[in-house]
Amino acid sequence: MIRVILPPHLRTLAKVDSEVKLQVEGQATQRSVLDALEAHYPMLRGTIRDHVTLQRRPFLRFFACEEDLTHEPPDAPLPEAVASGKEPFVVLGAIAGG
Amino acid sequence: MSKVRVLVGTRKGAFILTSDGRREKWDVNGPLFAGWELYHLKGSPLDPNRLYASQTSGWFGQVIQRSDDGGKTWHQPGTPPGEPTTGPDGTPKGESNKFVYDTSAETGKPLTTHQWYDGTQHPWQFKRVWHLEPSLTDPDTVYAGVEDAALFRSTDGGKNWHELPGLRGHGTGPKWQPGAGGMCLHTIILDPQDPGRIYIAISAAGAFRTDDGGKTWKPINRGLRSQYIPDPNAEIGHCVHHVAMHKSRPGVLFMQKHWDVMRSDNAGDSWQEVSGNLPTDFGFVIDVHAHEPQTIYVVPIKSDGEHYVHGGKLRVFRSRTGGNEWEALTKGLPQKDCYVNVLRDAMAVDSLDKCGIYFGTTGGQVYVSPDAGDSWAPIVRDLPAVLSVEVQTLP
Repeated sequence: MIRVILPPHLRTLAKVDSEVKLQVEGQATQRSVLDALEAHYPMLRGTIRDHVTLQRRPFLRFFACEEDLTHEPPDAPLPEAVASGKEPFVVLGAIAGG
Repeated sequence: MSKVRVLVGTRKGAFILTSDGRREKWDVNGPLFAGWELYHLKGSPLDPNRLYASQTSGWFGQVIQRSDDGGKTWHQPGTPPGEPTTGPDGTPKGESNKFVYDTSAETGKPLTTHQWYDGTQHPWQFKRVWHLEPSLTDPDTVYAGVEDAALFRSTDGGKNWHELPGLRGHGTGPKWQPGAGGMCLHTIILDPQDPGRIYIAISAAGAFRTDDGGKTWKPINRGLRSQYIPDPNAEIGHCVHHVAMHKSRPGVLFMQKHWDVMRSDNAGDSWQEVSGNLPTDFGFVIDVHAHEPQTIYVVPIKSDGEHYVHGGKLRVFRSRTGGNEWEALTKGLPQKDCYVNVLRDAMAVDSLDKCGIYFGTTGGQVYVSPDAGDSWAPIVRDLPAVLSVEVQTLP
């Protein structure tokens, strides 16, 4: 299972209290994890990636294993610790507060 | 006794304020959608329990919310959580947050660029929904005015949205440009006597009208004069802030432009200035008394460089003559050290016998006047900055 930590506003929108656990088919990548996330929580479609282009929204970033994965290719494999569920994949607002 | 329900959108959530017909004691419910910007909430005139809300965020984009029980519970129209996003035949289910500009040749080859701040051309990019206008004839039909400016419509209760591309496609799009708040379509007025007629307004392009249900549009800006654009009398480019109409006289329109309060007696074909004796004619809101179609309200703001009320005094101005002759309404409103703004969608009127007037401020106050403006009282004082105010009169 892949673990995903969402920013508070998206947890509210998805009606989840803590981190999300997802079954991801095939290799764990940003794309496959976000595809699975949006399939299970359709209200999140358009909130992390643009509806049409599937580009990351500009004020969001991706982290895992204390690494900034924001600018990694969407089909690059995520770290093994994320794929195994040991570490979470973190979606984070780029600016706090505001 | 009748009741009123006030729908307030703020920078950090929505609030629902309810009272009986006396409008003295209020229940405050909220914040709903805490932390999100709620640009607008509005109820269906046919089914007052059907509410639509525009929930938006610079981080997370656009969300459409709907309530079918008067705001007690809300949901995103379309796919419930946990269900497949496609039907058995592979067809995508409703995507209520998806606003995609029409680019098909079949629907008029809409333009894909507009004027940017520096005069260059810039592609249309969807940012948010500013205004939701439920249909007068069908609770499942609702219009959305969006930034970058375009008009969308849903006919299935908000599940799916489609652009009315004739507006962007009619030829003047490359001259439209963003105002300070962005290039937003903020006003949608449905003619209660002519189902084919819709008025819209855009900052900064101007006002437009369709007479065929949205297929074709014409600019209706003759008589507007704006010193801040190269040709002050241009057909396109005026920063219209808001337009209001009384349902008994749909051909009479009142406009608060960036500067100038304007009036049209021919459905926008021409306008004349009615600023009269206002202390300043810059402002955002304008509205019409529910029972007196000649009685209108504005809140003058000092200037476009100083977005707060004039002289530190929060004053609503009322004209009982459809403009030109204005009186200051001050009873119950702060008359010193007040420096708030009242944004374009933040005034509304109820339809009780003694018409109630409501407005919200960027300082987080929502005021009510239960006597058509003669006296005012705060319903709440300390909300986040108010973006919009609508009111429903309930049996």
